[in-house]
Amino acid sequence: MFTNSSTALRGVRAAITGGTSGLGLALVRELLGRGADVAFVARNRDRVERIARQHPPVHGIVGDISLREDIHPIAIQIAGALGGLDVLVNNASDLGPAPLKLLADTECEELERALATNVLGPFRLTRALLGALSVSARERGGALVINVSSDAAINAYPTWGAYGASKAALHHMSRIWDAELEADGVRFLSVDPGDMDTPLHALAVPDADRSTLKRPEDAARELADTIAAALERERHAA
Amino acid sequence: MIAAADRAIQRPADAKLLVVDAAGRARDTSRAALLDVLRPGDLVIANDAATLPASLQGTHLRSGRAIEVRLAGRHSLDRDDVSEFAAIVFGEGDFHTRTEDRPAPPQLAPGDRLALGPLEATVLTTLGHPRLIRLRFDGTPDAIWAGLSRHGRPIQYAHVPEPLALWDVWTAIAGPPVAFESPSAGFALNWRMLHEMRRKRIGFVTLTHAAGISSTGDDALDALLPFDEPYDIPSATTAAIARARVQGGRIVAVGTTVVRALEHAATCDGVVPAGAGLANQRIGAGTRLRVVDAILSGVHEPGTSHYQLLRAFTNDATLDRMVGEMTAHGYRGHEFGDFVFMVAMPRTTPRPERLHQTLRRLPA
Repeated sequence: MFTNSSTALRGVRAAITGGTSGLGLALVRELLGRGADVAFVARNRDRVERIARQHPPVHGIVGDISLREDIHPIAIQIAGALGGLDVLVNNASDLGPAPLKLLADTECEELERALATNVLGPFRLTRALLGALSVSARERGGALVINVSSDAAINAYPTWGAYGASKAALHHMSRIWDAELEADGVRFLSVDPGDMDTPLHALAVPDADRSTLKRPEDAARELADTIAAALERERHAA
Repeated sequence: MIAAADRAIQRPADAKLLVVDAAGRARDTSRAALLDVLRPGDLVIANDAATLPASLQGTHLRSGRAIEVRLAGRHSLDRDDVSEFAAIVFGEGDFHTRTEDRPAPPQLAPGDRLALGPLEATVLTTLGHPRLIRLRFDGTPDAIWAGLSRHGRPIQYAHVPEPLALWDVWTAIAGPPVAFESPSAGFALNWRMLHEMRRKRIGFVTLTHAAGISSTGDDALDALLPFDEPYDIPSATTAAIARARVQGGRIVAVGTTVVRALEHAATCDGVVPAGAGLANQRIGAGTRLRVVDAILSGVHEPGTSHYQLLRAFTNDATLDRMVGEMTAHGYRGHEFGDFVFMVAMPRTTPRPERLHQTLRRLPA
């Protein structure tokens, strides 16, 4: 097998939230396959332990990024177990009400939950890990935060209000983080992986024709290429 | 007397800064003026260690008594080296009781088992004092990181009555979770200040130093402080030091831990090599500083090891004056208190290499 050195991620320390299903799990496998040192976070202890057992030497971390009290314990385990951090992927997402609802029918608590997972969680975790990321930027020439977004962050799809509004906030926050921290070598990318065959998509569109959906493995490969290219660019610029 | 700051606010708007220059003159100003005492070409070096939740409540299984274990030292910063720690053990109670009033722990012997929330540990040895032990946690490094982060709380003292959360004790630049207590001089920094420094061509880099415990409540143990502390100095930092030297900039340490790491690593001609080390020296009146030209520090009471370290920077008459000024202006002490910026006083009889450095740096 031909190895493309520019897309390898040997020794890169990466953390992925929402790592036990869908894009997150596919990305865990993809990054491990490229030689990265990977930690992932998810809420369900049994699933975290199973995925960790199946993918040594990955580091499985139990935590809920929507809870303020969980953020620092998660950050300690990520930075502690990996001995630092080069890439943070904020992938864990909350759909909002399922089945989807018109905004007029959406409960405030459903919107709050989507905001807690899709906006506040990534903000808090990024802040808690910014010190580790900037250490990486100073020592290794660049660090990266990937915020997983959606076309629902850009387009006004009826019934996708809680999800779309929260992803729009995350998308814009990514751009502001990047503008503020570019000179520090910590770069932010907002990435729309496309419509994938994942549990979240099944929750949103239960009767979708799955054959028309992108496989999470393909989206993970593209995302890993994006990460490798962005790190390469940043470390050349440094 | 200097009163303790009793609220967990890292950057109160009214924080004070006492600037002590190389001639020993002291000037009372505000923390907001910190940028004005730095000069283009200076290199500011901070400790980027994040603070562990190093206080663990639990039970000494042989006696069934409640204990509090405060992790206090470790061999290295290696991410997998989290099984063995030096630790201070207290009897029942928590931070609300002053450490000097805390009950002694049950008698601790090698082989004793400790249940600490989700973690279990074995006492390996006692270290010459009934409260000081070396312990070993059961489990894999991942399980130990998980147990510490879930069960531990920040080490805290009675002068701050509200329980501290981790976000109270992490500096804005906190990265590797290796400090046992906060490298609190770093509370003076925020990201806006780092960006202002860049704009003013003031350099900023970090090192990682496992800041240890500041007080044990026991005179015999306190006399041993600071314990040995592992550190790591990145090559980006040593390169920045060399560059700043050539350009005549001052090396400004944020906090006593940065002084300890840099001065421990330095060779006798003041060159700082990159890499890991274990700082085991004491810095005081007899110490010749080889690297650091100025320090930003919190306010510490005479008699503490932090205060002793300032004697390497200046003479006792200046320190007496400093304490007088701080008392007169209502400075607050301890980790959430006010700040002092002190420029090292030139020695009257510098050794040749120090004189050489001083001359090289004069153009600023």
